[in-house]
Amino acid sequence: MHDIRKINVMENIHDENDHIASHVREDLTEKGIFAINVMGAPGIGKTSAIKGLIEKLRGITPYVIEGDIESDIDARALRALGVKTFQINTFGACHLDAPLVHNAVGNMEFDEKGVLFIENIGNLVCPAEFSIGEHALMLICSVTEGSDKPYKYPLAFEKADLILLNKVDLAPHLDFDEAFFMKGLRALNKDAPVIKLSAKTGEGFDEAAAWIAARAGR
Amino acid sequence: MHEYSITESIIKIAEKHGREAGASRVESITLIVGDRSGFIGDSIRMYFDLIAEGTLCEGAELIIRPVRSLLRCPACGDTFHRRPLSFVCPVCGADGAPTETGKEFHIESITVS
Repeated sequence: MHDIRKINVMENIHDENDHIASHVREDLTEKGIFAINVMGAPGIGKTSAIKGLIEKLRGITPYVIEGDIESDIDARALRALGVKTFQINTFGACHLDAPLVHNAVGNMEFDEKGVLFIENIGNLVCPAEFSIGEHALMLICSVTEGSDKPYKYPLAFEKADLILLNKVDLAPHLDFDEAFFMKGLRALNKDAPVIKLSAKTGEGFDEAAAWIAARAGR
Repeated sequence: MHEYSITESIIKIAEKHGREAGASRVESITLIVGDRSGFIGDSIRMYFDLIAEGTLCEGAELIIRPVRSLLRCPACGDTFHRRPLSFVCPVCGADGAPTETGKEFHIESITVS
């Protein structure tokens, strides 16, 4: 007969991930790198937005970590533009976590201060739950997704520091209810700027780049 | 997929506390899982037996205490559960803001022998 004893644990299951994430953040801060966790659904325009922002952030050295389940299509496109890009393939996993980014950062050379875009896996759910050592969380959504997304994926909207509403050039052809979208978004997040963006026409990129430059202290 | 690595973390934490207490076996693990934590209790359960095999937690009972999320109304201060596609306060009609209730994701306690 064994005695059964109760042990109070009260330990957050994310503690280990969060611990590694703070290390990544400190390491990047020391190197003069401002890291942005780029979140959004598949096909929302994450890579296009990153490309457009890099172009606008002239004078600031860009770096990219590309998170994809498979393939290196996006990384190749960015490398073709001369951007230092590290590819993470998760082979099935639905989000990046701090250990994956820690490894990627360890494998990259940051010769100059700059901005690091970490493109998360295309997914509006899981990436919001894992800190990866970012300094800011940039959420990309679009008018083609429909205006109910803040109500359906509240955590991503709640946590975002900057929200880009992409594909606004298509708005005239759609029934996107902007008031309903903004009402839900503002219930969750009072502060994050919402910038209308079009990777097609270039609308909004100056404003978004200015926000990043200011936050990065450049 | 999502819960696999998290279940590994749960077992690792429980093992660490069990070992520190000099236990030979973890009998049960009590988890607090908020409905906004993004983690599904049943999914953790599905992976648990598989990952626990060969560890101190093998055969342990997994007790999952769910927590329903609460919004707080910034206008009247009422706290309430949200309705689908709405954050509206049932008392005064203003939009409620998220609280920490519902984001819980921790191991409350374990029992060991």
